[in-house]
Amino acid sequence: MIEKTAAELSASLAAREVSSEELTRAYLDRISSLNEQLNAYINVCAENALEQARSADEKRAAGDNSPLLGVPIAHKDIFCTNGITTTCGSRMLHNFVAPYDATVVENFNKAGAVLLGKTNMDEFAMGSSNETSFFGPVRNPWDIKRVPGGSSGGSAAAVAADLCAMATGTDTGGSIRQPAAFSGITGFKPSYGRVSRWGMIAFASSLDQAGPICKSAEDAALMMNVMAGHDPKDSTCANRPADDYTADLENSLQGLRIGIPRQHFAEGLSANVEQSIRDALAEFEKLGATIKEIDLPNNHLSVSAYYVVAPAEASANLSRYDGVRYGYRCENPVDLEDMYKRTRSEGFGDEVKRRIMVGTYALSAGFYDAYYRKAQKVRRLIKNDFDVAFKDVDVVIGPTSPHTAFELGAKSDPVAMYLEDIYTIAVNLAGLPGISIPVAPAGGLPVGMHIVGDVFAESKLLNVAHQFQKHTDWHKLKPTIAGGEA
Amino acid sequence: MAFDKSEVEKVAQLARLHVSEAEAIEVASRITDILALIDQMQSIDTDGVEPLAHPLDVTQPLREDKVTEENRRDELQTLAPATEDGLYLVPRVIE
Repeated sequence: MIEKTAAELSASLAAREVSSEELTRAYLDRISSLNEQLNAYINVCAENALEQARSADEKRAAGDNSPLLGVPIAHKDIFCTNGITTTCGSRMLHNFVAPYDATVVENFNKAGAVLLGKTNMDEFAMGSSNETSFFGPVRNPWDIKRVPGGSSGGSAAAVAADLCAMATGTDTGGSIRQPAAFSGITGFKPSYGRVSRWGMIAFASSLDQAGPICKSAEDAALMMNVMAGHDPKDSTCANRPADDYTADLENSLQGLRIGIPRQHFAEGLSANVEQSIRDALAEFEKLGATIKEIDLPNNHLSVSAYYVVAPAEASANLSRYDGVRYGYRCENPVDLEDMYKRTRSEGFGDEVKRRIMVGTYALSAGFYDAYYRKAQKVRRLIKNDFDVAFKDVDVVIGPTSPHTAFELGAKSDPVAMYLEDIYTIAVNLAGLPGISIPVAPAGGLPVGMHIVGDVFAESKLLNVAHQFQKHTDWHKLKPTIAGGEA
Repeated sequence: MAFDKSEVEKVAQLARLHVSEAEAIEVASRITDILALIDQMQSIDTDGVEPLAHPLDVTQPLREDKVTEENRRDELQTLAPATEDGLYLVPRVIE
């Protein structure tokens, strides 16, 4: 049961083949046997989960048949969950018990999903490997010497190892899509503003977006039906109603125009990853799509622009962590200044402090124009490149990551780590939707294919990904984990 | 752009972070590397390009000026390290 997709579980629950309580127990058992090795969960909410599962079973008996009723979910520990610790992977919030539910969490609660626990993540969502968490690194279920990707590494590992039926993640520069690629699963970042950020701990406010991390594009569509929508509590949320993301899944891909950016198939891309992507593109041609090469001429500047904008916004967002109202406070502060400095220096890890410093510098007097304003102009150029591309093509496809999952500790240089997101970052800068789905593994490790759509074209993207998954089996591959025999 | 020890001190002060003598050289070096990455942006001419602050180029939505939040002060203050009479306590500020 635990290996099934959320859509399959929804059908099994509806057919009374299994109860939510049985399903939840099965996941909790699997988490007890595998989590110590993988470290995917920071917090497992066993009692809470069983209570919710029983309540879901009661509702079903009373006639409720909503699609995700009783399906177990894990939330990235960046979403506030009422009465449950919400750490953001940081010592700064290690003791923070959230006093309310994020809109995303509330929506899943209302849909009847069962919360199994909170997943591990890079600290404050800053990272591409889940190695910066205060709670220890997460390991890739495909090879435990390797990283699962980041920052949503815990959610990705949990889905890949069947430690939940589905999970949530957040993506600021690639943090849903890249871990999905490294862990062999499906990760979807909606358009900016499509999902409410209320209750989602802020990293970079103009880039952050929540999305599904799950076993299939069909599951992502079911999850989007719960997650998406206008929320008056988030003033950056799009004031436009959500679609039914399952409605277009079965549309034919005949006549689909695919653009492949020459800049994404250049130096730096591993040969074996490129082969898997090109083989996958051939599948699309069989389904009636046409492929043409396109240009994203400013793509090479996306990492530079991002590493001004994101740290600058992070330095502002993280200024609230001062030891006054919640979270960590240093011991025996001698005065207020000492309290602020030691709380922040002890509460934050090195990568977070590095980014706060870069961001503060970029915004400081004398540097604002050269850095922040320049980055915002480059951002406009990057968005324009996509606007031009989408006049001629419907979707843009390429590799999600230049290579497969690397080993823990392999990328000790921060700049080398930043370049991991070379294909994904431009999509956040432009506010567009993007999905990563598995294609043929390379060297025994998962490879992700990155599909980008025009703004608010979530249904189209999910349709393209779903049709690919109907005609191929790569998304069904599972890792063999020692001690994890189902 | 040289990011040296004195820059580290200035920026750390602005960000209310403590960087020790021992750490300052390493921090300066790491940040210099990051600035080299960022400086690649200077290679392109952006004269006349409008900055993009919000990907959807939207404006702040407005609502009626009515109180909609409940007062949950006591409940929220249970999260604080130190409180008294509804106030948050911090080390002495005024001598």
